[in-house]
Amino acid sequence: MRLFYMALTLFIIASVTFFLMNALPGTPYNNQDRLTAAQLEMLNKKYGFDQPLFQRYINYLKNLLHGDFGISLQFSDQPVATLLAQRMGPSIQLGLQAVLFGTLVGVFLGVIAAMHQNRFLDVFCSLFAITGRSVPNFVVAVLLQYIFAVTLNWLPIGLWNDGFRSTILPTLALSISPMAESCRFIRTEMVEVLSSDYIELARAKGMGEIRIAFSHGLRNALIPLITVLGPMTVSLMTGSLVVENIFAVPGIGEQFTKSILSNDYYTIMAVTILFSALLVTVIFLTDILYQIIDPRVRVEGAK
Amino acid sequence: MMAYQEEIKRAASAVPDSAFVAYQPSQQEAEPELPRALSFLEDSWRKLRKNKAAVVTMILLLIITCLAFLAPALSPFDPNEQHLSWKNLPPKWPGVSIDGLNGTTLFRGRRVDSYELAKVPEGQYFLFGTDEFGRDLLSRCLWGTRISLIIAFIAALLDLSIGIAYGLFSGMKGGRTDTIMQRILEILSGIPSLVLVVLMLLIFEPGITSIILAMTISSWIPMARVVRAETLKIKQMEYVQAAKALGASNLKIALSHILPNISGIVIVRAMFSIPSAIFFETFLSFLGVGMRIPNASIGTLLNGGYKVFKLYPYQMFIPAVILCVIMLSFNLFADGLRDVFDPKMKEG
Repeated sequence: MRLFYMALTLFIIASVTFFLMNALPGTPYNNQDRLTAAQLEMLNKKYGFDQPLFQRYINYLKNLLHGDFGISLQFSDQPVATLLAQRMGPSIQLGLQAVLFGTLVGVFLGVIAAMHQNRFLDVFCSLFAITGRSVPNFVVAVLLQYIFAVTLNWLPIGLWNDGFRSTILPTLALSISPMAESCRFIRTEMVEVLSSDYIELARAKGMGEIRIAFSHGLRNALIPLITVLGPMTVSLMTGSLVVENIFAVPGIGEQFTKSILSNDYYTIMAVTILFSALLVTVIFLTDILYQIIDPRVRVEGAK
Repeated sequence: MMAYQEEIKRAASAVPDSAFVAYQPSQQEAEPELPRALSFLEDSWRKLRKNKAAVVTMILLLIITCLAFLAPALSPFDPNEQHLSWKNLPPKWPGVSIDGLNGTTLFRGRRVDSYELAKVPEGQYFLFGTDEFGRDLLSRCLWGTRISLIIAFIAALLDLSIGIAYGLFSGMKGGRTDTIMQRILEILSGIPSLVLVVLMLLIFEPGITSIILAMTISSWIPMARVVRAETLKIKQMEYVQAAKALGASNLKIALSHILPNISGIVIVRAMFSIPSAIFFETFLSFLGVGMRIPNASIGTLLNGGYKVFKLYPYQMFIPAVILCVIMLSFNLFADGLRDVFDPKMKEG
């Protein structure tokens, strides 16, 4: 049933984007002002824009099922699928690095905050978390770029040609929001867990606070962290659009911004569908994972 | 029985009327006045006052909002007025001689007075400097904040109204209507809002209205969900059942019984949706699909500053700081409000 809704969601998204794209003002061709009517007609014929809207819609959906996203109208007639496949790598790498790094640091800070509840370290971590949530990641990206690349000259300003070193700054910029999110979340969960009976027992046995927190408390506090996976993905996608742009990373986000500014229909649609598919899958997986880990959810859901 | 009453009458008439004196309580034994019941607002204010961060940010927000809305009166220049010979002047404050605020720039290792070089008359100060067209950045920041705040407030208001209407309707109706409306929400929430907003902006004519509309299209969904969930909960309450038994219509129940009881949660939600609207506006303008040049908004200012930030970092930093202060204040204030209105609500 869930799978059916996923498919339905994607189908609706694909249709909506298709019709929205066709409502766009202007044509997708370069220097359209200089094209004569005959040339326009030829181009339209070449790309199939002369067919009626509905016919094109059916064709588009048919091609989609075969994994064919059409051809890019702006970037040298490449198939969009190839174009995006080339750019998938950097985006995925950045996304994974950011989530891993952000969550690790965030969880660590959250545990520290919960252990020192309402004392200096807690206030410090909470302040850090709320700052991370408030400051947009493109501002962070620009600041990082200014400090570490322009002024201190430690790391490359941008581009993707310096191996791991060029991934550091974009990863840091992207990891701010997962970091803040998980820090806040873990803190709330940990405060609750640390006051439960079995933690008291561990304390009574004379176990060290640090060991209690990390090996007993954290285990239970981590489970609900899965629920923030969805919002995290969204913020990563949003962030990637502009962060990739700032650091000139050849990823999906940068391609999307370029396509938007040049009316590249098929690429815009493909990225939209890709992002939606990713989001829908993550939401789906989150639900499934949560049911596996915490059977109570299933029971409550069945009621 | 009759005899007993006769008895009382007789006894009463034996006492002369003059013996009856009105009771005058002395000052000391006056009944202690009961504390007046606190109204919803008073109670909330009491709790909010205890949260220092919330109070400080509230005052800060009031100041910023006042400054922004008084922009036409406060700004020393027209925000779009260009002085081409005075371009890229660094900030200069009267009577301050710290580097960076005294109108000098570092040029080949030496501090040069840019104001002298640009032949700016003595006594002319640009507190935030000027941009690449010689426009006064202070005026542009004031006007930009104004536009960004207007967009955010209207967007939040629209979210609120649509979300409440949808959620209330879905929750009150229940049954099949509710299921269908929830399915629709589920499908809509699978669309990444950013992508949707960008697509919308490509189609509408650029401008404030289209930004607001584009943002509203995706951001009312969480509000609708919350309102529906609360409606379902409150619908089960006995006082609602009682109202129903007395023949109140669904509309009346929704407006006068359910809405007041979810107002706390709704206010908190709305407060969180303001900073996210500001974020979206700056984000879109930064990408180049939001506000159009030459109109100033925080996003366009950031975008303009970013283009020259290697040479003139102040043009980027000033709007960035303003944005961060506004975002932080709204978030902290909203956090404070949440603790007041909805202490049980879990974050997320």
